[in-house]
Amino acid sequence: MTLDKIKESLNCRVFCGFDKLQIDINSAKASDLMSDVLRFSGPGKLLLTGLTNIQVIRTCDIAGICAVVFVRGKQPSTETIELSKKCDIAILTSDLSMFESCGILYANGIKGVTIKPKNNI
Amino acid sequence: MRDKAAFEQVFKIKGGDFINAGESSIRIRNILKDIGIDANIIRRVAIAAYEAEMNVVMYAQRGLMKVVINPEQIFLRVEDKGQGIEDIELAMRPGFSTATEEMRERGFGAGMGLPNIKRNSDHFSIRSSVGQGTKLEMIFELNGENG
Repeated sequence: MTLDKIKESLNCRVFCGFDKLQIDINSAKASDLMSDVLRFSGPGKLLLTGLTNIQVIRTCDIAGICAVVFVRGKQPSTETIELSKKCDIAILTSDLSMFESCGILYANGIKGVTIKPKNNI
Repeated sequence: MRDKAAFEQVFKIKGGDFINAGESSIRIRNILKDIGIDANIIRRVAIAAYEAEMNVVMYAQRGLMKVVINPEQIFLRVEDKGQGIEDIELAMRPGFSTATEEMRERGFGAGMGLPNIKRNSDHFSIRSSVGQGTKLEMIFELNGENG
């Protein structure tokens, strides 16, 4: 599923990273806890979260996540958008809840990221 | 680790500085990328470094993060001046946290920091003195089975 299709499914507004809309997303993570995002480090390229501070973007940068959907209608600050541009991470926002957003994406074939043995983290 | 070919750099971490928190880990990640280290190892080092850096920002006044890279290993040491950890065994337990509301609002303090660091490193040690500070050491093997 492309990021563009995800944008349509969750009725998102794109704040930055328009050049990433054609990226294919197969798996995603959803959490408001950044250590959990890091724990489930793997192939997931998309994060759904209700937190909008700059630590979210730094965490995505470390975890190799290239797009974030801020759910529950949360709006990113100017600092968050600026850091996202610098880190080359797309920001989208949706008015849907975390539960609804995840449900829609899961129904469309997006998989979760599970913990794997240490050598495959 | 005393190999002449080793690359070595020290980064300063400021306690309470949430604006720049994570910058040192990202710089280390970029150095490893430039050297051409395996992507899986880079991810593990970056996550461990970032968790350790966030711990300094959240719990200490200041800290130093040292990275040493030689052909066999990546060595990370994060040493801080701060409150220290009273019960290390408890601090290592997934989910245990002494984080403040502010830290939790930022998405940290879930009690997964130290377990994440241990999980991502090949060798991990922690020493702490209450009221003085904490020292973490991590080794990542470059040619081991996890590489």
